Amino acid sequence: MNSFSYARPSDIGTAVDELATHEGAKFIAGGTNLLDLMKENVEHPNRLVDINRLALSTIEDTEEGGLRLGALATNADTAYHSAVQSRYPLLSQAILAGASAQLRNMATNGGNLFQRTRCYYFYDTQTPCNKREPGSGCGALNGFNRIHAILGTSDQNPETACIATHPSDMCVALAALDAVVRVTGPMGERTIRFADFHRLPGHEPWLDTTIQPGELVTAIDLPAKGFPEYFTYIKLRDRQSYAFALVSVAVGLEIDNNRITDARIALGGVAHKPWRKPEVEARLVGQSISETDFAPIAEALLEGAKGYGHNTFKIELAKRAIVRALQRAAKLEPQV
Amino acid sequence: MTPYIGKSISRVDGVAKVTGKAKYAAEYFAPDMLYGWVISSAIAKGKITRIHTEAALQLPGVVQVFTHENRPSLAWFDVNYKDQDAPPGSPFRPLRDATILYSGQPITLVVAETLEVARFAATLVQVDYEEDDHETALEHNLHRAREPKSGVASLLKSPPPKPRGDFEKAFEAAPFQTTGQHIHSVEHHNPMEMFASTVVYEKDGKLTIYDKTQGAPNSQMYVSQVFNMPFSDVRVISPYVGGAFGSGLRPQYQLFLAVLAARELKRSVRVSLTRQQMFTFGHRPATVQNVSLGATADGTIDAIRHDAIGETSRFEDYFEIVVNWAGMLYPAPHVKFTYNLVPLDTFTPLDMRAPGGVTGVPALEMEVDELAHKLGMDPIELRLKNYTERDMNEDLPYSSKELRECFRQGAERFGWASRNPEPRSMRNGHTLVGWGMATGIWDATQGPARAEAVLTVNGKLRVTSATADIGTGTYTIMTQIAADTLGMPIEDVIFRLGDSNMPLAPIEGGSWTAATVGSAVKVACEALGKKLFKMAQKMKDSPFADAKWEDVWFSDAHILLKTNPYAAVSLLEIVGQNGGRAVSETATSLPNMLEQRKYARAVHSAAFVEVEVDEDFGTVRVTRAVTAVAGGRILNPKTARSQIIGGMVWGISKALEEESVMDHQFGRFMNHNLAEYHVAVNADIQDLDVIFVDETDTIVNPLGVKGLGEIGIVGMPAAVANAVFHATGKRIRSLPITLDKLL
Ligand SMILES: Cc1cc2nc3c(=O)[nH]c(=O)nc-3n(C[C@H](O)[C@H](O)[C@H](O)COP(=O)(O)OP(=O)(O)OC[C@H]3O[C@@H](n4cnc5c(N)ncnc54)[C@H](O)[C@@H]3O)c2cc1C
Ligand code: SF4
Repeated sequence: MNSFSYARPSDIGTAVDELATHEGAKFIAGGTNLLDLMKENVEHPNRLVDINRLALSTIEDTEEGGLRLGALATNADTAYHSAVQSRYPLLSQAILAGASAQLRNMATNGGNLFQRTRCYYFYDTQTPCNKREPGSGCGALNGFNRIHAILGTSDQNPETACIATHPSDMCVALAALDAVVRVTGPMGERTIRFADFHRLPGHEPWLDTTIQPGELVTAIDLPAKGFPEYFTYIKLRDRQSYAFALVSVAVGLEIDNNRITDARIALGGVAHKPWRKPEVEARLVGQSISETDFAPIAEALLEGAKGYGHNTFKIELAKRAIVRALQRAAKLEPQV
Repeated sequence: MTPYIGKSISRVDGVAKVTGKAKYAAEYFAPDMLYGWVISSAIAKGKITRIHTEAALQLPGVVQVFTHENRPSLAWFDVNYKDQDAPPGSPFRPLRDATILYSGQPITLVVAETLEVARFAATLVQVDYEEDDHETALEHNLHRAREPKSGVASLLKSPPPKPRGDFEKAFEAAPFQTTGQHIHSVEHHNPMEMFASTVVYEKDGKLTIYDKTQGAPNSQMYVSQVFNMPFSDVRVISPYVGGAFGSGLRPQYQLFLAVLAARELKRSVRVSLTRQQMFTFGHRPATVQNVSLGATADGTIDAIRHDAIGETSRFEDYFEIVVNWAGMLYPAPHVKFTYNLVPLDTFTPLDMRAPGGVTGVPALEMEVDELAHKLGMDPIELRLKNYTERDMNEDLPYSSKELRECFRQGAERFGWASRNPEPRSMRNGHTLVGWGMATGIWDATQGPARAEAVLTVNGKLRVTSATADIGTGTYTIMTQIAADTLGMPIEDVIFRLGDSNMPLAPIEGGSWTAATVGSAVKVACEALGKKLFKMAQKMKDSPFADAKWEDVWFSDAHILLKTNPYAAVSLLEIVGQNGGRAVSETATSLPNMLEQRKYARAVHSAAFVEVEVDEDFGTVRVTRAVTAVAGGRILNPKTARSQIIGGMVWGISKALEEESVMDHQFGRFMNHNLAEYHVAVNADIQDLDVIFVDETDTIVNPLGVKGLGEIGIVGMPAAVANAVFHATGKRIRSLPITLDKLL
């Protein structure tokens, strides 16, 4: 571990200043991801700004009828919060499908957004990785890419190729719910639509999000609509617990009189960000749940999917998971 | 006093373990201790052209950086580097020269005043390499397969038996045939405790070493031979081992590096490995197997062929018994077995729980299941039809074999009788349910060992032997054996192990410790008993003046006349008679080869498994499993059950999850951490049930025990795979059965 200095500000302004005035400084919240990366020598911040003293752990109603999740509320507190359980059970289900109880007790909502890919090569500094070391190549492209992306990848230019996935479960639900991320930075406050928060690798695979240097996430806002009646989160993985998703699907539906009036489908484990296609979701609106064939919807969501060998199975798996998730959300199948 | 043997005594080391009092190798401290950090090779094959250590050496707190260029001159000959589990070949020597033999090879040790400085300094060391092409993929190199070299290790691991009859002709003629290629990849032991050595440098240059090992004497021998030190100057201590599963059968490189640094710097040094580095030494070798069975319409298996090709390193020929099991389980007259190796640019594989057995038996048992399916015969019925009381490889009768009873009791507990043989016949919504079973087998062996028994000044019995307890319950069962042999209350018996100063015991592996060390404990206690008896006879007014050894027995810390319970002498009185000094005896137990040679000796099991498979997703859950074991005498049902359950969990894990995946671009294992190398977690395991069937064996050893360390795992993978077949109709012959294989 490199030596680093440490600060523990007690207000947001100082926290933001800390990052603005120290190049190479990083926020630390639960530390469940950052500390691992430091031990593996993947990240080497020279200053850690511990934000755990900031008053950002509340979960409260917004004026618009939604819910504001403090950046420092833990994943566990969020998943078990009564308002989340009753109004956004999809989010609760997704969070509880992730990591382990111990990790969820430490992990914060803000940190969860920024958790980095679990790509094996990203973690092993003895192998090439464009995300970790721009221009060094992508080890996964022709390597062991079982857990890698099939959608929205960057694979043309060896120096910018990246087929990593975003590993979060929580973010898949947040994407489906159209959450909004609130940040405070040197230039003041702003909000970022969840769909714009994470990015595809493109020519800059080293950038995971659209956050600007020094910006602090203060909260995640959930809109009023939470799909509490018709929802599901399916996570497919290599063991029953404590494994990242190979494929996950978050579905929220609104159904009126057997007809779908709103639909959200977000996929995890398949791309550099939670994957959504609003135009495909729109095709479900007006359909009768008992008569709709969901297979074409799944096909459309996976359009353009590309396998890289070890992960090619994900294309078919994702389609099947989407169909099942839609059936479950529509209560055509038991929730399990 | 009722005997302790056969009782469910809780672990005598349990409290120490759960309260953290039990100390492991990396938990010992010495004044002024230094910390080493290992740098591992980034490439799989080639040469180091330069190691830039300047920046690291300039860092305050760094004491030295050891590489092949500045290491001291050490033993020259391979034989000095051979440990007790070394396969034929030339053992790996850390920091030998600039040659890179495998990815992850230790190439530099940074030594510093603190662990943090050592670790950071290691990031400042730059290594330049000249890369050569490497070969790491077994499946691409099968054409290079050749017979293993033989060596001392082959004494314990017999090569495949000669062919019998005419396999080709019999197979050709068989109306029912199955043939399948079975593949499994590399697995790593991954015990909880990482490998570590704390080397305490004593004032006179002697070393006291706390090492993670399955045999303190093995590490002692290795260090003294490599560093040319007298045995008496090297003491290795290892009272607790946080799991090992075979990985501690050979001294690992951190021991070498820590000793080297301590001797050069004349200070105490600790080196522990990281989880990632736990993937840089021995492993269960990837293996490709072909199994063919030919049977007549009534289910008589006439012809068996089992060929296996395993990987090994370029420098040693690790081999294991993969193909011999068919000849021990089924009496087919026409058989052919071959076993070959492909040397690759990896580290030498290493014995891992049921080495070879849990490789070969599952392949065989999946084909037997396939044959049953083709014959339209119940899998148990087929196995009973081909039951053998003799090991056909050796042409010897089994000393005991209650496998039939395992089938019967296991099937009954599981409810096998109501099974519909048709694949895909049980379903619940999208969930396909399947039932499968398989046989397990493992050798029951005994080795020579020594133990010392001491009656202490305060009348306690202290027994020692330099064996190890890797979590199996050795401490507990040895305490029971000692207590019963000398009729002592168990609270007054202390068993100690894991110290090279203690009487010699062999490395703890192969499920032979209960038999081997247990017999030594028994004879040592008996020898002490005889000595005490003689002393008691000499006491004034001794009630035993005219008695013979046969006339007395031990109970409640007394020697008593069998004919007169009032004629007794307490053991404490004898200590008094001895001038208040302890009384001790050391004895050696040797297997009765003359008798044992006339028999084949094995432990058997039958495993039954229920799985649920999602028909769309291919996700498999084992919802319940029963294993019935014929393991001779059960010394302690509680620790015995734990051993079997542990094996069953691992069997499920192996069948469904475990796999070290190598990227052949780099010749490097990529999922080298426990987030990505999946082992079964609590949520994967549901209802597990263990049955011990009665089995009496007077041949295997004086205690009649067969050892339970491995048998729990052997039958499970095939039982799971056979259940998956029953659920889905898909016969998956490559392990682990991950969901993509069932899509
Ligand atoms: C073994 C393991 C298994 C796991 N399995 C899963 C899983 O199955 N599913 C899943 O979803 N997750 C999983 N996780 C990931 C876990 O959810 C994340 O590590 C966790 O959410 C990160 O939160 P944290 O507070 O600990 O972040 P930290 O580690 O403290 O920080 C992570 C990053 O976020 C930045 N950061 C933190 N807070 C803020 C903020 N408010 N504003 C700006 N930047 C910030 C930090 O600078 C850092 O770069 C797993 C983790 C581990 C170690
Ligand atoms: S997929 Fe992305 S993170 Fe993984 S090696 Fe390639 S560039 Fe690095």
